[in-house]
Amino acid sequence: MRPFVYERPTSVSAAVAMASHAGAGHVPPTAADTQFIAGGTNLADYMKLGVGRPDRLLDLNTLAEPALRKIRTSDDAIRFGALVRMGEAADNDDVRRRCPLLADSLKLAASGQLRNMATLGGNVLQRTRCEYFRETSWPCNKREPGSGCAAMEGVNRQHAVLGTSDSCIATYHGDFAQALIALDATVDIEGRRGKRTLAFAKLHRLPGETPNIETDLAADEIITAIEVPLRPWSGRSRYLKIRDRESYAFALASAAVALDMEGQTVRSVRIGLGGVATVPWRAVAAEDALQGKVLDEAAAQKAADAAFADARPREHNAFKIPLGKRTLVRALLETRDMKV
Amino acid sequence: MNQAAPAPRENQGDPVVRIDARLKVTGQASYPADIATANVAYGALATSSIARGRVSALHLQDARAVPGVLDIVTYGDMDKTDTPKFGNTGASSIGPLHDKTIFHDGQIIALVVAETFEAAEEAAMLIRADYDDEQPSASFDSKGTSTEAAAGKNPMLKEDAKAGDFDAAWAAAAVKVDERYSTPTQHHNPIELFSTTAMWQGDQLTIHEPSQNVTGWKMELARQLKLDPANVRIISPYIGGAFGSKGPMTARTAIVAVAARRIGRPVRCVVSRMQAFGAQTYRAETRHRIRIGAGKDGRITAFGHEGWEVTSRPDPYVVGGTSATARMYNYGSVLTHVALVHADRNTPGYMRSPPETPYVYALENAMDEMAVALGMDPVEFRRVNEPVKEPIGGRPFSSRSLIKCYDQASEAFGWSKRDPEAGSMRDGDWLVGMGCATAIYPTAAAPCAARVRLTADGEVRVQCGSHEIGTGVRTVAGQMAAERLGVGMEKVSVEMGDSALPPAPVSGGSISTASVCSAVMMACDAVRAKLFAAAAGKDGPLAGSGNAKLDMADGKIVTETGKSAKLADVFKAMQVGAIEEYAEFAPKGSSPEALNKLYAGQPEFHGGESDKDSVKYAFGAEFVEVRINSRTREIRVPRIVGAFAAGRIMNTRTARSQLMGGMIWGIGQALHEATEIDRRAARYVNRDLQDYLVPVNADIKAVDVILVPEVDHEVNPAGVKGLGELGNVGTAAAVASAVYHATGKRIRDLPIRIEHLIV
Repeated sequence: MRPFVYERPTSVSAAVAMASHAGAGHVPPTAADTQFIAGGTNLADYMKLGVGRPDRLLDLNTLAEPALRKIRTSDDAIRFGALVRMGEAADNDDVRRRCPLLADSLKLAASGQLRNMATLGGNVLQRTRCEYFRETSWPCNKREPGSGCAAMEGVNRQHAVLGTSDSCIATYHGDFAQALIALDATVDIEGRRGKRTLAFAKLHRLPGETPNIETDLAADEIITAIEVPLRPWSGRSRYLKIRDRESYAFALASAAVALDMEGQTVRSVRIGLGGVATVPWRAVAAEDALQGKVLDEAAAQKAADAAFADARPREHNAFKIPLGKRTLVRALLETRDMKV
Repeated sequence: MNQAAPAPRENQGDPVVRIDARLKVTGQASYPADIATANVAYGALATSSIARGRVSALHLQDARAVPGVLDIVTYGDMDKTDTPKFGNTGASSIGPLHDKTIFHDGQIIALVVAETFEAAEEAAMLIRADYDDEQPSASFDSKGTSTEAAAGKNPMLKEDAKAGDFDAAWAAAAVKVDERYSTPTQHHNPIELFSTTAMWQGDQLTIHEPSQNVTGWKMELARQLKLDPANVRIISPYIGGAFGSKGPMTARTAIVAVAARRIGRPVRCVVSRMQAFGAQTYRAETRHRIRIGAGKDGRITAFGHEGWEVTSRPDPYVVGGTSATARMYNYGSVLTHVALVHADRNTPGYMRSPPETPYVYALENAMDEMAVALGMDPVEFRRVNEPVKEPIGGRPFSSRSLIKCYDQASEAFGWSKRDPEAGSMRDGDWLVGMGCATAIYPTAAAPCAARVRLTADGEVRVQCGSHEIGTGVRTVAGQMAAERLGVGMEKVSVEMGDSALPPAPVSGGSISTASVCSAVMMACDAVRAKLFAAAAGKDGPLAGSGNAKLDMADGKIVTETGKSAKLADVFKAMQVGAIEEYAEFAPKGSSPEALNKLYAGQPEFHGGESDKDSVKYAFGAEFVEVRINSRTREIRVPRIVGAFAAGRIMNTRTARSQLMGGMIWGIGQALHEATEIDRRAARYVNRDLQDYLVPVNADIKAVDVILVPEVDHEVNPAGVKGLGELGNVGTAAAVASAVYHATGKRIRDLPIRIEHLIV
């Protein structure tokens, strides 16, 4: 590992100030000299591999603001402080009762040990595990812009079929983010330019020609909170994750579904898809296909076809298209049948 | 008794708790990299990022500039040492720093030594190499590989087994199966990382390194470093998983030793998880073509098994599992052939049940296909083809309890409730499948020495240079001594894992319990003979017992007639404080040089297929239930039952644990494990435990092990058949059969994954 300076700011504003300098707005946070660390489950790993190369780390665990560590539930929203650990949020009774999708997506992620360390703010920013991104001797447009993509013609079983570009097919592996994008969540961000609130759907950027730019964040911005509105569909919601083994594995395909039903008819539906896309993925076409329809096997299948209409497979990941569709069909029908 | 400690049945020993159980679960067992070492410096490897070519330049200036860096060992620095040799003690003939040629991905190009681990790692990452690289050949089907017949290239496979007229029988067979199977690259990934700690005192070199072969390594390292073997000591008291990976010594050991000599300080090098994929051995991928011809009555008339195995460019590593598959059933005729495919890869090495795991997988998957083709129950099909003599040499089996294993396992499993029609069983949204397969492992033993000391207070010390790789061999060696010398286990201490102890063979081939226990038994019997002579002698406490048969129990010498003498009194009569005996065991059929070869670190193996009088195997039968989601097709294994017969079971607890671990690994081999290779670059890409999948606790539900009683006096004096490698043979085929039963889809390439079932 490269040597680095380690500092522990005690407030958000102090952290922002320490990270701010003239250039901070012009490089992606993942390439900045100064980077934030919270749970460290992702960044420390990448620093050991020489992929993360900060000269200076600002540890957010010492930030004093109590709201950063709180889960607050009101009638119309759940608000998570960004430093809340994944494990704590997964076990929170209000979260589980009011919106099972959120709790499931956290519970099915990583391992117990990792969930106890990783923060929600850090979790949504976790970087891909593309094998070629992780090993610095391979070309990778995300790690070294312009160097090429070794995954395109390489071992790409786990790679994305949606949201890909000619530069990058790396999967966004997170689970919680699929729930957040489905549920119209927002993130509160604090930086040198002040505070702002951003739709979660706008936080991540498609790879396009610049896969090295992964989010809308500047290098001196910190996510301070994540807010999830509670709506008629929140209670009838579910996260289905399909993977090679029963636990501690990333999704080959997953579906985050929330349904507001009137009898057998869909009043409103929210769908996120994981394991298949380069960024957290909202399946808008599938939602549109179900709106106002009777939710049966055929309708679910039609929605799944719509969700993957633009999918682009590579040599080893073509199975993700039928698997992704079946995962969505199963998730829709299981969510429909939930006793709420 | 509880599930972990099964009640002993006939010819089975007590489920004695492992001698080192408490040390291990409380973290007090010191593994080789844990040994406190004064003034130690830390080593980190730099490895190649290409698989074929030459290093044209190595840039070390940035690495040398890292504060704390003491030395960098690289090309030229090993020139005064001999290159490694490929064989039982040496993993590969590739001497990575003797020659700038790159033979494989992840080949060592330098060792950085620094004051701290962190500095060494940082510097190693800063080493840059320029290469004259060439297009590598990754594996089967890659351009540029070379293929040769394996037989005769390696002592592991002297000749291709054959019997009768296969071509005629195949042509005439009424029912035929002719299919191809494959198994992937696998890496052992023991949780304890590979490490070497080297320290010199004058000309004396001590190595702390996890090893399954301390005597062999001592000799091989002395040869490479041109030292007197008496000046080399290998210490490896505890090993955190080995599975064959710590059997042959790799090139790193000598490099670390040279580094320690250069800087005049001890050096410790722990290999990272990622680097171990290139720096250590592995199970290479295999391919198989199986042909089975049978009559409509289910009797096999023709069996053909062709195997292809990948190895490195320079070394003919062979597993050659046809030796076992050719003797499994009562085939009318047999044709086998094994071919080696040389590619730009590191030399493979032993991995738990090296020959049987891939080869029996192919055979047993084909057996299930044939049972389906015949419309016969798979268990009945095996029963019909149960042999009296092995088909290749016509020799009897020293013992064979396969059908008993099938009977007991199938009953425990509830096989009779299985509807034979594929795709017919279902539980809600889940397809249910059931399958079975045979496990087989050759029973061998090798020469072994042991020293046993008994003191007047009844304390026993057993010393043997074998290795506790997690099998429980220290415990069963102690049990043997406790039983023969009539003391409780609490009185027994067992020392192993040190080349300064009496030599034992490599802990491989499931020979340790048989070899070690036979040597310990001999030493104990010599102690007994001395005690008995003294006790019954004219001044002894049992004088006048005449020719009465004596035994030892409860710290006493006892006669058949119920008289007894305390140990202390016998020692008093002998006027000694301790009796120590050194015994050398050599199995039946050993050559006159067998013991010399043991001390030279090249022990002869006897048993298996190699004895004249009989062939010797342990057998088992495994039954698996799978559940496959009808929509999303993920495969889960709710239960597995295995019944195994392996002669005398020394300890039902450690035996069950070994077999259970093997079966769990077998599930992993069926559904999870594979090292992924980038075929363009011949490089491994999933080099960590997140992406190299093995089962986690949640994947393993009910695992039921049945120890079937068996008596076999022919195998060795202890009557023991090794079972460490038996449990994971056949498991993957049983899973594949269950997947077929659930879905009607036959998957022949491992691992079986969602994509095979989804389209």
